[in-house]
Amino acid sequence: MSITARPELTHLQALESEAIHVMREVAAEFERPVMLFSGGKDSIVMLRLAEKAFRPGRFPFPLMHVDTEHNFPEVIEFRDRRVAELEERLIVASVQDSIDQGRAVEETGPRASRNRLQTVTLLDAIAQHGFDAAFGGARRDEERARAKERVMSFRDDFGQWDPKSQRPELWNLYNSRIRKGEHVRVFPLSNWTELDVWEYIDRERLEVPSIYFAHEREVFERDGMLYAWREGAELIDGEKVFSEMVRYRTVGDMSCTGGVRSRAKTLAEVVAEIASTRITERGETRADDRVSEAAMEDRKKAGYF
Amino acid sequence: MTLDLLRFTTAGSVDDGKSTLIGRLLYDTKQVFDDQLEHVAEASVRRGGEGALDLALLTDGLRAEREQGITIDVAYRYFSTVALDGSSGRRFIIADCPGHQQYTRNMVTGASTADLAVILLDARHGVLEQSKRHAFISALLGIPHLVVAVNKMDLVDYSQERFDEIVAEFSQFAGKLGARADLVYIPISALHGDNVVEPSSNLSWYENPAGPTLLSLLETVEVAYDHPFQTPARFPVQWVIRPQGVPGAADYRGYAGQLASGALRAGEEVVVLPGGQRTKIAAIDTYDGELEAALAPMSVTLRLQDEIDISRGEMICRPDEAPEPTRELEADICWMAEAPLRPGGRYQIKHTTRSVSAIVEGLLDSVDVHTLQRGDAPQEMGLNDIGKVRLRTSAPLFVDPYSRNRRTGSFILIDEASNGTVGAGMICAPDA
Ligand SMILES: Nc1nc2c(ncn2[C@@H]2O[C@H](COP(=O)(O)OP(=O)(O)O)[C@@H](O)[C@H]2O)c(=O)[nH]1
Repeated sequence: MSITARPELTHLQALESEAIHVMREVAAEFERPVMLFSGGKDSIVMLRLAEKAFRPGRFPFPLMHVDTEHNFPEVIEFRDRRVAELEERLIVASVQDSIDQGRAVEETGPRASRNRLQTVTLLDAIAQHGFDAAFGGARRDEERARAKERVMSFRDDFGQWDPKSQRPELWNLYNSRIRKGEHVRVFPLSNWTELDVWEYIDRERLEVPSIYFAHEREVFERDGMLYAWREGAELIDGEKVFSEMVRYRTVGDMSCTGGVRSRAKTLAEVVAEIASTRITERGETRADDRVSEAAMEDRKKAGYF
Repeated sequence: MTLDLLRFTTAGSVDDGKSTLIGRLLYDTKQVFDDQLEHVAEASVRRGGEGALDLALLTDGLRAEREQGITIDVAYRYFSTVALDGSSGRRFIIADCPGHQQYTRNMVTGASTADLAVILLDARHGVLEQSKRHAFISALLGIPHLVVAVNKMDLVDYSQERFDEIVAEFSQFAGKLGARADLVYIPISALHGDNVVEPSSNLSWYENPAGPTLLSLLETVEVAYDHPFQTPARFPVQWVIRPQGVPGAADYRGYAGQLASGALRAGEEVVVLPGGQRTKIAAIDTYDGELEAALAPMSVTLRLQDEIDISRGEMICRPDEAPEPTRELEADICWMAEAPLRPGGRYQIKHTTRSVSAIVEGLLDSVDVHTLQRGDAPQEMGLNDIGKVRLRTSAPLFVDPYSRNRRTGSFILIDEASNGTVGAGMICAPDA
């Protein structure tokens, strides 16, 4: 058994403690929390933090994946294995179901993506299960509209976020009072940066899906980004499929998540690459945020993660 | 104790250069990514900039604010000076607070978690009423370090005389604040980068033991939680871990929480409030193994030697330094709602992990945010008003004066009808 009494705390320990505190507050003060789990690096960190917050007990909430069915197969395989190891419960909310039920309409054309449709599926699932708090792995450093997001972010009964009437958040005292039908999104990683996440994954020796490491893949280039070729993807004139060593910085929907050229095959190499990178995570890899400067803000108002 | 994470807040009046300063800090510490820079370059041109990068654009947040061209809510920014080998430097979290009078609540919010406040002045204008208000709020919120950054030194020819004048004026006022915070003055030009990250030959007359730049100060200032072994231990119980149906853990009973202050050691005697039961700490558990001692602000799980029924909202402390449970509080309140605070009002109060009801017994005084004088008790408190009130609670709280403990000395008030967070409270020392 390790015994330490070093009178110092690293920034990762401070961030970890803060996140654990947030998770326990939510578990204690809400009736039906849920933790969103995508299989991505942020949600992998969230799972470890939940273990730290609640073990040897079980998580006082289920996990939920909003599945676009356009995910990288490696990520889905990883998701199911990790959930089984943890012996926790996973709910899969399917975008395909939302489409089949006429709740969401599939986009068409070569740039079609199911990314926006996730919002419908998510809000429906929250309502159907009666969830009153949903943990997400978003960080404030990801994107400018997130810089003002609260740790505990209130959503009205339409699931909407109103950046102008956010509750002030003081000290570490969170106001968890809501009415029926309303819910909160909770972001325990608010104060983490992308580099913090990778350093933590390294420190905790967490397994991540293989697509985070450099690997050879069939891709095509569009708007300066490398998209994974998959069956059914439509090419626009002149686009060619070719083979390239790539790594992913996020694991969203295959249709709108771009890879980056990389040789980083180990965690240490990834950390070094991130530390010296010159482009933000979202700017580099998420087509959905490039549409307009205010893209994220608009989606968040509508109830996006 | 060292912590390589510094939370600080920035305040200034409109146009003092706050956005430019933050942009400068991010830019000169190489935290700005190429795609962000591209946005800023494009936007700078669109706005008719003369080809120069407008660094202020790096930090603008939401669309509404972009349209109005002002910052209206607290935004958080991140940067670090950690060397690639991890050998030096710090992580920084900036709570970027707007400076208008009507947004006192934002500043209070940003200040509540800050270890340091940067108060920005325009060298041409000197100490404005607003600057005083920012300093007052920083002091009220117990921020241990204040930095007065005198900006736009380029517009006063980097004059030492002008700087000294401003320092003298501010010092006179700071004396009246009764702030315990240490106070440092620094001349800068956010626009040109003088003394922000890079030292400047224009300001070679300026001397400071920490080094001439704002960044050198931020990197070396001591962070809170500095003396955990000299501070009374406060452990608010947050969550009880009693695994059900987990093989091998059926008898486990642990009290999880985050140490609000001080340190606790395995084996030492503790008392549980409000019941007053005494027991010993059997073990300090974490997911990574047992600890000999836990320090604030660590999140840990305590196992106790005796079977005591403890629930969320109770507090574990050392018997000889436990706070006296109380149902009567005097506190400075910053009011954050449109609907006024009046005597007789009832609210939910959240203090540490404990939520109880509170009745406003009386308004005791009010702070004039212009003169910063404490005046007579008002009839009511409106949005952004600050004043002292007396509260009575439905159940005892375990409090310390805010001046001694920012975690156990603070609370929020919640309106039971709207569910809004309507007030921020800082508990006064008895007879203060
Ligand atoms: N000459 C000069 N102008 C500055 C300096 N810092 C900021 N400014 C200018 O002052 C104006 C207001 O700055 P901004 O950062 O937007 O102020 P904010 O309202 O406090 O965020 C802008 O035109 C800046 O370019 C400085 O150090 N010197």
